Amino acid sequence: MDLSLTDEQRLLRDTAARFFRDASPLERVRAAEPLGFDAGLWQGVVELGLPLLADEHGLIDRCLVCAEAGRHLAPVPLIETLAARRLVPTPPPAEAMLAFAPRPAVDGRWEMVPAGAIATAVVGIDGDRLLLVHSGRPRRDRPMSNLGCAPLAHRSTSNGRATVLAEGAEAHRRFRAVRDEWRVMTAAALVGLAERALDIAVGHVTQREQFGVPIATFQTVAHRLADLATAVDGARLLVHKAAWAHDEGDAGAPTLAAMAFLFAAETAERAAGDSLHLHGGYGFTLEYDIQLFYRRAKAWPLVAGSPRREIQDLAAALVAAPEA
Amino acid sequence: MDFRLGAKSDAFRREVRAFLAEHATPAMIERCHRSGTLHDWAFHRALGKKGWIAASWPKTYGGQERDELEMAAFHEEAAHVPMDGLGITLMVASTLRRVGTDEQKAAILPGLLRGDAICALGYSEPGAGSDVAAARTRAVRDGDGWIIDGEKVFTTLAHEAQYVFLLTRTDPSRPKHDGLTMFLVPMDSPGIEVRPIHTLGGERTNATSYTGVRVPDSCRVGEVDGGWQVLMVALAYERSWALGREGVPVLRDFIAWARIARDDDGRRVIDDPAVRETIARVAIRNEVSILLALRATWVSASGQLPGVEGSMAKLFTSEAFQKSCSEMLAHQGHWGLAQRGEAEAAIGGAVEAAHRHAAVTTIAGGSSEIQRGIIAARGLRLPRAKASREPRER
Repeated sequence: MDLSLTDEQRLLRDTAARFFRDASPLERVRAAEPLGFDAGLWQGVVELGLPLLADEHGLIDRCLVCAEAGRHLAPVPLIETLAARRLVPTPPPAEAMLAFAPRPAVDGRWEMVPAGAIATAVVGIDGDRLLLVHSGRPRRDRPMSNLGCAPLAHRSTSNGRATVLAEGAEAHRRFRAVRDEWRVMTAAALVGLAERALDIAVGHVTQREQFGVPIATFQTVAHRLADLATAVDGARLLVHKAAWAHDEGDAGAPTLAAMAFLFAAETAERAAGDSLHLHGGYGFTLEYDIQLFYRRAKAWPLVAGSPRREIQDLAAALVAAPEA
Repeated sequence: MDFRLGAKSDAFRREVRAFLAEHATPAMIERCHRSGTLHDWAFHRALGKKGWIAASWPKTYGGQERDELEMAAFHEEAAHVPMDGLGITLMVASTLRRVGTDEQKAAILPGLLRGDAICALGYSEPGAGSDVAAARTRAVRDGDGWIIDGEKVFTTLAHEAQYVFLLTRTDPSRPKHDGLTMFLVPMDSPGIEVRPIHTLGGERTNATSYTGVRVPDSCRVGEVDGGWQVLMVALAYERSWALGREGVPVLRDFIAWARIARDDDGRRVIDDPAVRETIARVAIRNEVSILLALRATWVSASGQLPGVEGSMAKLFTSEAFQKSCSEMLAHQGHWGLAQRGEAEAAIGGAVEAAHRHAAVTTIAGGSSEIQRGIIAARGLRLPRAKASREPRER
């Protein structure tokens, strides 16, 4: 057993951490609202070669980078591009902004596609066909306002140049495999978000005084954060295990991907929600940063659809397994 | 990154599995559960004969130098075996090895490692639970020995044990952490009385009283008034976080039950989406519990003390286990009520028994509040409110 990172992984993580810390400060995140995209930041992501991680790195490595992007709420389609590139046959140029539709198309349309408002091409499944569709971005006079300030949009499966990447069982198999990767990377970003929300909470309760003492000295505050820190560590371990199982080709990888996605989503929502609560009334104002985390924590996982469905799919896998 | 325990652990696991198949018989396990004494002398001696009571110790001390990951495999395999005697005895033996005198080690450790003797813990008192340093049991100098008077509670296995690891107050005038002294007292000393305490989970523990118990100074472990330091060593060996797997067999039993059970309308329980949601949620909690425990094991295997990591594992596992048992039992409805041994019991009453047992898991081995305090102070570095460290009024 070894839960540590290799030297290369540490270097990758630290490089990504430095980059997003410097290039994606929260003022820039705010400035990118409501569309949720910063072209200059994407240029930096491309120059760093991060989209190419999809072609030559394991899922653990990609998760390390996604966690840093999540920590800094980076308004770039990194996870979407990293997922979609896995299905595109000839590697597109690094700057290509791709979208991955995590849900099947309905009546010739992928609905509320993450990065759908900015991507030049979408990869997704429509019936029994796995498609790559190059189509123009949807034209609107203003971005669609949404909870997570994400560049969401409906995308047609036929309007534009469509390539069939796979059909039948093979199409579903490949779609599911990349959907699992997308879920684990999203979970990693949510863990990064949760860690930052916890840091913000710790910073606030240590400085904020009420009744003549820092509110951190109240057990009800401290114990709530202790529970939260525990859940956040658990979520990070679960994401790492899911990514490791994927890279090892372990049969349990899809189950772990579902678990990591669900638990990271719950934990991130709780981290941002508790952190906001501990800010008192200020946390509810737009001026304070914690609201940025609160909205995205809930919004990022919902593009996959209602978690009820994820939970039922996970249960089906567990009940079908000989040793649950 | 590698989440497997490794080939060495796998090899040991096979050896352990074969041993358990022979010695941890269903009859033995059933006997322990029925009596509430989670210790079996024949099994314990067999462990001793195998050299597995302190398997992780250096060979010079009678161990086998098994590493933390091998021990994790051992405990995974033996998770269903009642062996409180092993856990408590190893904790005391490890402490004695660290802080005991050469004479104490020579006189006591061989018997403990052979499996001929076991220990009980005498920390908690009627007035000192989580605030263990508030202990009032007195030890007073008497010539070259000591006289001990006081009361202890939750002295589990005291009715079987040869020794009790006893926290006493030797100097009531000093701040409460500074006036404590630890003793390893033979249970056959005159003046010790053991009364059973029966618990909600069906386990038997004890109240023990000490009236004019005379012990030689050679029973003292560590310095006079240095009992708190000895206790800290002992607590570091406490492995209440070690497994995180308690919820796994309960979920397995619950699923097995749900497959065959039908609701009042004749529908299969396993097809109920609410039941399936619980199955998924419990499985996630179980996985997180195992991972937090695994991380604490890994920290320990890397030669560090898993303070915050251990607290997180203990906190999450016990809180999650309680929630999970309660939810699963609710799904069983009226079928969940009948207890172990009854023909009407669902899947042998496993979920009902787990639900009762779960209540103690957030208390024993450091309550959830204690763990949260450790995580907040040492993990998150939050300032603590000032708690009283003053000597108690007597």
